[in-house]
Amino acid sequence: MANVFTRIGEWVNERAPNLAPTYRKHMTEYYAPKNFNLWYYFGSLALLVLVNQIVTGIFLTMNYKTSAAEAFGSVEYIMRDVEWGWLIRYMHSTGASLFFVVVFLHMFRGLMYGSYKKPRELVWILGMLIFLVLMAEAFMGYVLPWGNMSFWGAKVIISLFGTIPVIGSTLVEWIMGDYLPADATLNRFFALHVIALPLVLLLLVVLHLAALHEVGSNNPDGVEIKKGPKGNRWDALKPADGIPFHPYYTVKDLVGVGFFLLIAAFIIFFAPTFGGWFLEHDNFIPANNLVTPSHIKPVWYFTPFYAILRMIPSFFSTAIWGVLGMFGAIALLFALPWIDAGKVKSIRYRGTGFKVALGLFVLAFVLLGAVGAGVTAEVIPEWFGDVDVTFWENAFGRLMTLIYFGYFVFLWFYTRLGWEKTKPVPERVTTHD
Amino acid sequence: MTKRFIFSIALALGLVVGSVSAQAEEGGLPPSGSGVRDQASLQRGAKLFFNYCVGCHSLKYVRYSRIAEDLGLSEQEVMDNLNFTGAKFGETVVSHMPEADAQKFFGKAPPDLSLEVRAKTADWVYAYLNSFYLDPSRPVGWNNTVFPNASMPFPLWELQGVQTAVKKPGSEEVEKLELSRPGKLTPEQYHQAARDLTSFLEYASEPAALQRQKYGIWVLLFLAGFTLLAYMLKKEYWKDVH
Repeated sequence: MANVFTRIGEWVNERAPNLAPTYRKHMTEYYAPKNFNLWYYFGSLALLVLVNQIVTGIFLTMNYKTSAAEAFGSVEYIMRDVEWGWLIRYMHSTGASLFFVVVFLHMFRGLMYGSYKKPRELVWILGMLIFLVLMAEAFMGYVLPWGNMSFWGAKVIISLFGTIPVIGSTLVEWIMGDYLPADATLNRFFALHVIALPLVLLLLVVLHLAALHEVGSNNPDGVEIKKGPKGNRWDALKPADGIPFHPYYTVKDLVGVGFFLLIAAFIIFFAPTFGGWFLEHDNFIPANNLVTPSHIKPVWYFTPFYAILRMIPSFFSTAIWGVLGMFGAIALLFALPWIDAGKVKSIRYRGTGFKVALGLFVLAFVLLGAVGAGVTAEVIPEWFGDVDVTFWENAFGRLMTLIYFGYFVFLWFYTRLGWEKTKPVPERVTTHD
Repeated sequence: MTKRFIFSIALALGLVVGSVSAQAEEGGLPPSGSGVRDQASLQRGAKLFFNYCVGCHSLKYVRYSRIAEDLGLSEQEVMDNLNFTGAKFGETVVSHMPEADAQKFFGKAPPDLSLEVRAKTADWVYAYLNSFYLDPSRPVGWNNTVFPNASMPFPLWELQGVQTAVKKPGSEEVEKLELSRPGKLTPEQYHQAARDLTSFLEYASEPAALQRQKYGIWVLLFLAGFTLLAYMLKKEYWKDVH
């Protein structure tokens, strides 16, 4: 038997001599720093969730009906009549939310350890493109069940394009293929959600990993292991502080997968709506263009950006400023490698100002999420009694928006005017023997 | 580092749990105490639904056969005691009330209740069933404090009795409801009946809840074992990394 496998191997090798070296380059001879900590699990977990979304998505399309008249009922059909349909649907819906949890943590890791800095700008840009496509993918997927929040969410988000001068209203009709989100909208969103965007997403993920493997992984110390001493147990020319990705990080990531699946399974089996955060109450009501939900708001992972949109007021008789602010919040992240001119990568050796700024930035992001989700509108009267809720919500939300944008402004000056007092960066990763 | 990380995770989880429970308390309704685990309660709730509700409300995503299977009833029992619409055993629960007539009678067609609990929460449905009161100014003579100016008459009045509103002095605002004419059930018995009915609608809104709760614990145990093995494997492999 072993003989058969050897011969098959040789047969393939003769015809594709680059296959085995490619595998080695990315797995057994990809030397990753040995000091990865817990923050380094979320990249592989994002890949796991992507696979989950694709596999469960394939099974969902087998029973989903792409029509405004049938979509809502077909989702209930999947939940009730399709064998294990409820499990597949909950895996997909929980996966969508956990995708963002994992991606946000993965991005935060990048901010903390300076993974966006030279020479990894391309990795960061490709990652940001993934984030952008993922948001489009999630938005269109959210519309497909054709619940009332799907409908009104789609209407609000698409109408953002209506703020563009001159072509706005034509553009909105062009996107929807109708005067309201309707059957035509649902069908094109299905096509984009199921074919177009996943293909783009997969391509970008391949490029993200390829770009990473060109320059090598960063690590919690932010030191370049390629510039450190050479020679490890496997290769005399490779970094001394590197270990082969496979098997070391594959088995380590398996532990992360186990923990992650425990959390995911708990949600899927015991709290699939997550208290109305992952699957919203108003989306169990069929789409109805005559009845508006009491609070139109996007799913939780869009709420920080939605809050920025809401907090920036209209002036010069156009609402485009909020839209620009929302997209600007994402565009600034793209530009981060050029905004932050600091030479030290890791938060461990950066100045106190950076630590405080990053902490405030994350806090502002989370609290903007609370504003966008309507938590502040509920909490303000509860905590402060009879006050002008809109005034205080706006004041709070605008302060948080200022902090969010302030992070980038601060970093620009902080790293250029010599304000940052960094600590000495070690020559090698701190855990070597 | 690890300790600090675990602390931040705990903090983040605390925030999430806090905001989720804040969301759950929305509207400040008392807890319904309903649930899909008590099969006897589900059976009583089903009986109430098919005696008092199905005249107007459908459960268009729920099949009679599925009710039999999940509530531990035989086909005979379901067809004799619950199916008054003349539907076949494998068909879904569709009310006989023609929609055009319903529109005329109530001004608004009675909604399908398949997903009512998921759309409004169990607490809301339970509170709604407890909050009807006599209001001669309304077309059907009934009003509701949880859903003001609802167009629904109160079919359970013979069980609960008739409640009337005590208004705040000098205001139209309802302060509390008083039982002015007792019904067939004592208030405690009626609360239980409303709870049973809410439980049944909770089941109807997600029959899969019975399955996911049954399998969930085994999935978690399996994953715990898997994680432990993966951890031991990692320890073994990483022995030589210093």
